[in-house]
Amino acid sequence: MRHKTDCQLSIIEVEQLTKKFGRFTAVDRITFMVGKGEIFGFLGANGAGKTTAMRMLCGLIEPTSGKGFVAGYDIEKQPEMVKKNIGYMSQKFSLYEDLKVWENIRLFAGIYGVNEKLIARKTGETLERIGLTNERNVLVRDLPLGWKQKLAFSVAIFHEPKIVFLDEPTGGVDPITRRRFWEMIYESANRGTTIFVTTHYMDEAEYCNRVSIMVDGRIEALDTPRRLKERFRAGNMDEVFRQLARKT
Amino acid sequence: MIPHAKMLNSQCSILTAFVQKEFYHIFRDIRTVLVIIGIPVFQILIIGFAISTNVKDVKVAVFDPSNDEATNRIINRLNASEYFNVALRLNTISDAEREFKKGKTGLIVIFGENFGENLYHTGDAAVQLLVDASDPNHGQTVASYATGVISDYQRELLRETDIPVRINSEVRMLYNPEMRSAYNFVPGLMGLVFMLICAMMTSVAIVREKETGTMEVLLASPVKPVYIVISKLVPYFIISWFIFILILLLSVFVLDVPVTGSLLWLNVFTLLFIVVGLSLGLLISTIVKTQVAAILASGMGLIMPVMILSGYVFPIESMPPVLQWISGLVPARWFNEGAKKLIIEGAPVRSVLKEMSILLGMAVLILTVSLRNIKARLE
Amino acid sequence: MIIVNCQLISKNFGRVVALKNISLDIEKGEIFGLIGPDGAGKTTLFRILTSLILADSGHATVDGLDVVKDFRELRKRIGYMPGRFSLYQDLSVEENLNFYATVFNTTVEENYHLISDIYRQIEPFKQRRAGKLSGGMKQKLALSCALIHKPTVLFLDEPTTGVDPVSRKEFWEMLKKLKKEGITIVVSTPYMDEARLCDHIALIQHGQILSIASPEKITASFPEKLYQAYSENNYLLLLELRKNPGVKSAFMSGEFLHIVFKDGNVDGNIPNLTEIEPTIEDCFIYLMNRIADGAEILPGSAYN
Repeated sequence: MRHKTDCQLSIIEVEQLTKKFGRFTAVDRITFMVGKGEIFGFLGANGAGKTTAMRMLCGLIEPTSGKGFVAGYDIEKQPEMVKKNIGYMSQKFSLYEDLKVWENIRLFAGIYGVNEKLIARKTGETLERIGLTNERNVLVRDLPLGWKQKLAFSVAIFHEPKIVFLDEPTGGVDPITRRRFWEMIYESANRGTTIFVTTHYMDEAEYCNRVSIMVDGRIEALDTPRRLKERFRAGNMDEVFRQLARKT
Repeated sequence: MIPHAKMLNSQCSILTAFVQKEFYHIFRDIRTVLVIIGIPVFQILIIGFAISTNVKDVKVAVFDPSNDEATNRIINRLNASEYFNVALRLNTISDAEREFKKGKTGLIVIFGENFGENLYHTGDAAVQLLVDASDPNHGQTVASYATGVISDYQRELLRETDIPVRINSEVRMLYNPEMRSAYNFVPGLMGLVFMLICAMMTSVAIVREKETGTMEVLLASPVKPVYIVISKLVPYFIISWFIFILILLLSVFVLDVPVTGSLLWLNVFTLLFIVVGLSLGLLISTIVKTQVAAILASGMGLIMPVMILSGYVFPIESMPPVLQWISGLVPARWFNEGAKKLIIEGAPVRSVLKEMSILLGMAVLILTVSLRNIKARLE
Repeated sequence: MIIVNCQLISKNFGRVVALKNISLDIEKGEIFGLIGPDGAGKTTLFRILTSLILADSGHATVDGLDVVKDFRELRKRIGYMPGRFSLYQDLSVEENLNFYATVFNTTVEENYHLISDIYRQIEPFKQRRAGKLSGGMKQKLALSCALIHKPTVLFLDEPTTGVDPVSRKEFWEMLKKLKKEGITIVVSTPYMDEARLCDHIALIQHGQILSIASPEKITASFPEKLYQAYSENNYLLLLELRKNPGVKSAFMSGEFLHIVFKDGNVDGNIPNLTEIEPTIEDCFIYLMNRIADGAEILPGSAYN
């Protein structure tokens, strides 16, 4: 089905990836690929298997069967290399609230093995780009939510990963903060970073270039939001999701 | 009248529903239940095995001013039995106390002067048996074996001489408060377990509702907040009582602790202590907001002092005065002292009046403070 | 008839301003939505109206009862479903329902007709522990529990957060049915798209109400013409639009860009440009920006 040449352009390639816990199949033979610089939405209800799938892609758990390549590395055989080449951010936990802004940057950059000199140089650049230069020494817990989010994202891409995983990044956030955050994501994608968003908020899905919708461990639909809405004659992604969930 | 009765009835059914729900919580968390019941059972079994009541080769010291045929025959008999090993002859009576303090001698036999002469001529002689009863169980057995040896000799003498002789063996149990024993352990263990169940588990159970948000719904309902809290106390009160009886039964049947005092007053006294524990749990629950904080507060603030300052691990008499004074604030200390008197010494209730009134005072004080702390709203 | 009335309610937690001069009226029998992001003050307002916390200033009545003075009577009449559903995870569905019925001094049978539609969907699982239910089923059980005493006003704090779209839709249909029973429903949500399901909404942010009106009135009074556009690369298009001197504002909204032009001068070179009706989110952003620009907020009116 796929051609070898795809490998240069695709950052994630997954084929027949399956995870079973005992007799329960959490992820059931999913196949997809995500291209360089793409914003890919990975949707599904709670318990549909998207967290399990994402954990396999991040090299945190081993697949039961099937193949997966992330950033050119085999998720089963080279999970350590996979981890080095990805970034991760979730809305719930990403930064240490009781550390200062620069301490968070330093800590996470250090974890990803960025060398000291580079950290020192890039910290200034990063803070300037997101407009937090004056907040360098502020504790993260004292920052407004929108700023925290910007910082968390910058920290996740500090080591210049080829792909960054975002877990429900903007749930419950006010619309201005949300749209600014998405602008940041788009900017980053435009520079070539692949963005993999897992969410069950359908309004986050509307921002993605392509989305896959998972129901009961299987990918039931995969396309651009516009084409999905056309296909299901739906006004929004919420309705697309509802129709898919009802079918099964 | 009727609306009033109806209201009372509905309040009753609310309480019943709450208590029932609380028991569901408790018994669906089967691991916790096992731990609660397991701790006392396990500890008592350990003590039971660790402190052997098996009497063998007990070291015997003899004070024998008579040193005649009769005393020697008795000493030889003792030595010949598998239970005793006569190791020492004392020169003066005053050595006896010193020997006991060394902790190695289990029995001291003290013959009267002119023992043999008295025996043959008046048919009446006296021997005193001093038994180390720091483990009273063990002491009992030692005493009965020793008197057994002596009465054997008496019967033999009767057969031989046909003279009606009588050896008066007077047994004295020497109780050494500095020594640990199974008996001492039981009240201390009770104090610890009741603090765990009453204070820690109650506070955690109440705070859990704050954490999961169910307290919010209950507060927004017509139920009076004090009902919510009281219904939390009832199950733990019942469980504590059950465990008290369990410990008591285990003590009697596994450790052979002779519970001689009034069972009624022992129960009253223990329930009073349980109430103190429950009110402490309640107090903690009105102050802290998370289960972790409740565990920390009850663990550090209540369980640790019970271990260290109640006389459970370290005897209070040997503490520096400051610590002795502080230990007075620890309810378990008073429970410990009272329960020792009631269980081990079989003392009458009037001898624990002081402990009882202190515990009662504590219960009233803590309960008042914590009931006042209960608010009809979220903080 | 006004059933919930708030007058100049303010509440601070330490230095944090949770609510600032909130005034609003809620009509009997309507669905009233409190729309705003996390931390806007929705939960605090709910807790004040359900007598769980005291406001620093201002006063409020619910069903004619003062939330401070008459709180005992008030608690008999309201239903409240806090954000995290507040179920006993280790009790079964049935036990939860029975327990809450007893708490409210009633029985499941007495008001079964009210919850039957909702409860019937979870009744097959009535032996199951609440902790083992899916998000949607928990939500239904929590709603049944909050309804069991036939409250006059039902307060639902973010009932659809974290629930899948199917259950969300079902939930709003249940609310419509309850409205027919005459129950006033006050519901909070961070989802802007749920606003149009309410009769009236209050947009709330940083403890302040941005606007109160019907959703139609709020979108109708958006003062500008709004356009949408899209291209193969929306980000590049956005950068282009920001440079365009004829564009007043441009921002991303899902797969589209939403654009307002200066003085209504439409620039024809923008791909896939069409005029659209503003969404509640567009209005929310507009109002937030006005506040940021220092505009006064007058309670009870959409655009002053």
